[in-house]
Amino acid sequence: MSDEITPELFTKLVDLAAFAFDPTEAAYLRQELNNQLKAIHQLEGVPLSNDVPPAAHGVTYTSESRPPLRQDHWGPCENPDEILAQAPQSEARYFVVPDIPHTELD
Amino acid sequence: MAILDHSAFEIAKKVQRGELTAVDVLTAALDHVAAVDGRPGTLDGGALSEEDQAKVHAFITLTEKRARRQAEAIDERIRTGENVGPLAGVPITIKDIYCVKDTPTTAASRILANFVAPYTATPVERLEAAGAVTLGKVNLDEFTYGSSTESSAFQPSTRNPWDPARVPGGSSGGSTAAVAAREGCLSLGTDTAGSIRQPAAFCGVVGLKPTYGRVSRYGLIAFGSSLDCPGPVARDVRDAALMLSVMAGADPRDSTAATLPVPNYLDGIDRGVKGMRIGLSPDYMHINFPDPDTGDILSQSLPDEIRAATLRAAETLAAQGAEIIENVSMPNSAYGIPVYFVISRVEAASNLHRFDGVKYGYRTPSEFRDLHEMYRKTRAEGFGLQPKLRILMGMYVSAAQYSEHYYQRALKVRSMIRSDFETAFDPGGPYQLDALLTPTTPTTAFKIADIYGDSVLMQYADQFTVPANHAGVPAISIPGGLSSEGLPIGIHLIAPDFAETTLFRAGYAFEGATADADWRKVKPRVLLQAGL
Repeated sequence: MSDEITPELFTKLVDLAAFAFDPTEAAYLRQELNNQLKAIHQLEGVPLSNDVPPAAHGVTYTSESRPPLRQDHWGPCENPDEILAQAPQSEARYFVVPDIPHTELD
Repeated sequence: MAILDHSAFEIAKKVQRGELTAVDVLTAALDHVAAVDGRPGTLDGGALSEEDQAKVHAFITLTEKRARRQAEAIDERIRTGENVGPLAGVPITIKDIYCVKDTPTTAASRILANFVAPYTATPVERLEAAGAVTLGKVNLDEFTYGSSTESSAFQPSTRNPWDPARVPGGSSGGSTAAVAAREGCLSLGTDTAGSIRQPAAFCGVVGLKPTYGRVSRYGLIAFGSSLDCPGPVARDVRDAALMLSVMAGADPRDSTAATLPVPNYLDGIDRGVKGMRIGLSPDYMHINFPDPDTGDILSQSLPDEIRAATLRAAETLAAQGAEIIENVSMPNSAYGIPVYFVISRVEAASNLHRFDGVKYGYRTPSEFRDLHEMYRKTRAEGFGLQPKLRILMGMYVSAAQYSEHYYQRALKVRSMIRSDFETAFDPGGPYQLDALLTPTTPTTAFKIADIYGDSVLMQYADQFTVPANHAGVPAISIPGGLSSEGLPIGIHLIAPDFAETTLFRAGYAFEGATADADWRKVKPRVLLQAGL
């Protein structure tokens, strides 16, 4: 496990994350990512037996500490106008977005 | 004695008894802010003047009118004989990562700079229902991503009240600096890797990370959802216990909020530590850091003053009747930072995809051809470098072809970190600890700009605090002395799940035993310079 984030892989990640960088920013970020990877590689040396379970979080929930599931029912939003007022663009109570790229199927 | 020299506990009692009004307290707090804080953080904050460099800059948004309405309402309720709650009239600040209805909630990021929260976070709601008066929202690292508060998009970032040339720590640096500078009595922070405890140590105040799930995360803008813990920042242990008593407990709006009953953490806080078993581990008595060229992990001794403060704390607790258990083995704590580099980034990337310029927050003002270009420009302009780094790393280590190597492995090592704590606290185990005592931080507060930009070294500032986040267990940092440079040193106690009571008892006993120590009589420099 000695992976490195190459310029090509970095470009792919940037595209997936919906970012755009100038060359200076890109160089700094790629260097920091690879420095972080060097630290992460310390985990390679940890002896892991097959019976070590992955931990999604530290504290184990018990029947006493786990909240009951909520009823599965819908309710109206209490303040839709306040929510819509936060939108950069809205119209007729809809959020407005620019054209969504699409391909016409034959 | 000035009003704000009193603790939150004392102020609430005085307000409840009518010896002070909530408006009196608020006025004193606002005067204090005016004397020490300087200009609030803003986007594109401009060059720093000489005056700027001597101020604290804890605030992003001061909500004075709202606070005055709250204080007047409390005084009116007291006049009519109502019970106004255990935090009656206590001025508090809120880390600007919590939603407070009708109040700007920025996460210290350009991408949320124009966001006004349409609802209030549960911990804030509970504090205000108990009579607390919110002065405003305080600065932090952008989206909590950092350990110095320097990455905030709102500049000037917060400076350390003990030495304004130094960082307050982070990410809850605004919270801890505000409490240290007596801009309010309490502050609500968050702790994902040490973000309450590390800045509490740097600023000489008390900071508690409760057990994961002890306090609801509803209304907290998420970073690492399996790690984030809301928690109190206070000037003393009793105030932290009071604050946690008010805000802990089940919440139907957060399915991770535990349903266990909440004790009154003030009950029995003065029972002392006689018979308590407190551990010391050699695994927390040296510093690990990566070689910048090779990535090899290097190790060096703790700075003498930090080691001495930790050992002195152990001796103090022993003199109070605690039994000190040495050589507690915690070998997997050394992996806390690399595990964190993986887990927190995956969770951050997931949580930050929602910021896209559609429903709220920033949208690029420049032209765009389509939705994808709008996303790219919005996120490139709206996020700072630290969120970008976390998103990119999170996407990389959770990608299908790398997940087994990185994410799944990190989750397993997390189990091993947890296992060390379970062994240490096991009543039938080799150590049978009530608490583990460690230093909070590997250094005292460092100078502004000394580390910022080196994302790896900055992360290692949390190496003693992050294991408790992985394990989910509660931990507290309390002031343990001053360095020869006059900078605070924090000591750190970690306890089993939901054993916050143990932390408060031990912390309170330590405070009592050191009440007359010379270092406790020293005030932060900004207070002395302001004649406060």
